Amino acid sequence: MPVLRLPTPLRSYVNGQTEVHIDGQTVGEVMHGLVTLFPAMEPHLYNQRGELRPFVNLFIGATNIRDLQGLDTPVAPEETILLIPSIAGG
Amino acid sequence: MLPPLSHEEILRYSRHLLIPEVGIEGQQKLKAASVLVIGTGGLGSPVALYLAAAGIGRIGLVDYDKVDASNLQRQIIHGTDRVGVLKVDSARSRMLDLNPYIQVDTYNEPFTSANAMQIAADYDIIVDGTDNFATRYLSNDLCVLLGKPNVYGSIYRFDGQASVFDARYGPCYRCLFPEPPPPHLVPSCAEGGVFGVLPGVIGAIQATETIKLILGIGSPLIGRLLIYDALHMSFDYVKLKKNPECKICGEHPEVTGLIDYFEFCGVPGIGHEEGAVEKWAEITAAELAERLKSGQPVCLLDVREPHELAISSLPGAVNLPLGQLAGRMSELDPTQEIVIFCKSGIRSARALEILLSAGFRKVRHLKGGINAWASAIDPRMPVY
Repeated sequence: MPVLRLPTPLRSYVNGQTEVHIDGQTVGEVMHGLVTLFPAMEPHLYNQRGELRPFVNLFIGATNIRDLQGLDTPVAPEETILLIPSIAGG
Repeated sequence: MLPPLSHEEILRYSRHLLIPEVGIEGQQKLKAASVLVIGTGGLGSPVALYLAAAGIGRIGLVDYDKVDASNLQRQIIHGTDRVGVLKVDSARSRMLDLNPYIQVDTYNEPFTSANAMQIAADYDIIVDGTDNFATRYLSNDLCVLLGKPNVYGSIYRFDGQASVFDARYGPCYRCLFPEPPPPHLVPSCAEGGVFGVLPGVIGAIQATETIKLILGIGSPLIGRLLIYDALHMSFDYVKLKKNPECKICGEHPEVTGLIDYFEFCGVPGIGHEEGAVEKWAEITAAELAERLKSGQPVCLLDVREPHELAISSLPGAVNLPLGQLAGRMSELDPTQEIVIFCKSGIRSARALEILLSAGFRKVRHLKGGINAWASAIDPRMPVY
């Protein structure tokens, strides 16, 4: 099952977990699985039109899925998706 | 022509001079260089200290705040005896104590679209050590428009990010984050907290990248984003590409000058209160004290995280953290009067919006939060 690694600001919506294992053949399926399991996460990731918010960046390995096939990017069971949010503290 | 080094400077910088990648010429480059550090807080503290120690000839500091006791857990350029002093003055005096052979110029003013070009034009490199999205987009756009590198660092709780955005050679901040998040989705460090050592790590990386850029050595973080997780002690790098559709550095830029970044980020401007709501929807600490004294039933709704209750609490309050409010609203009685509070009034203002849009009518929030209650009503209670 692919692993989704989450940053601190979003961990409170998944019971404090650093990473979650979610079934899916594509990044989009994994993300859909995430918000199904943890509905409170949805507004942080998707806008009201159901599109991934532009400040949410998903990477497989070191590559942004925007530079692959977006949410249709295939993800292998052993792969890790990294979610990089916009943070502003200084 | 590079400036010469005095005997005193040669002794001071001897450990640099011994490194072949720096040497005399490199140290002279550092002396000839100028760097603008935006913010003298968590990130700005280590950045400014290391740049001063390294002998950067001219360092500019922009900030408009005063040193507060709650800064000292991480803002190591300041000290206890500087509480209440202008941050730029406090930082400048520490830097000149560390290295009197440099020049430190201070700008005790908010960094805005009105003054940013004028301030930044005279510096080689800009270091982004701010604490808000509006100034981050300003810093980015400024650097793209002026053709200067933007040495980026950002932190939240245990997470850190660092990169070098230089649109001449790679992506800019907007290529990665085309738009800021809505204000209520990302809490600030003042509301969410920050691990004190974290800005030390990220700030030291920003200083490293700045010095490398001046010396022209090594591989800068251009086109790479460093992700640091202090809790699990992991460093990850991801590749960043220039976005051809980027609104400022893409193929058809729409942003050709500085804009109103407060409006862009949907936040109140400098001097305007965050968490401000309609007057009828707020209650002051003194009014709440009177209201409680009257004995009429009122539900006190504490939307802070459970671990904050160990710092301060109001007797009889119901704890329902903001992140869980939307899903647990059914636990509240809409016919009862509700007063929401948090630490300082920002989260409670958001909770107020949620409850009002869900149809609650008899609901207000405590202006200034439990900290205002501690200051005005109960001095035995700590302010945090």
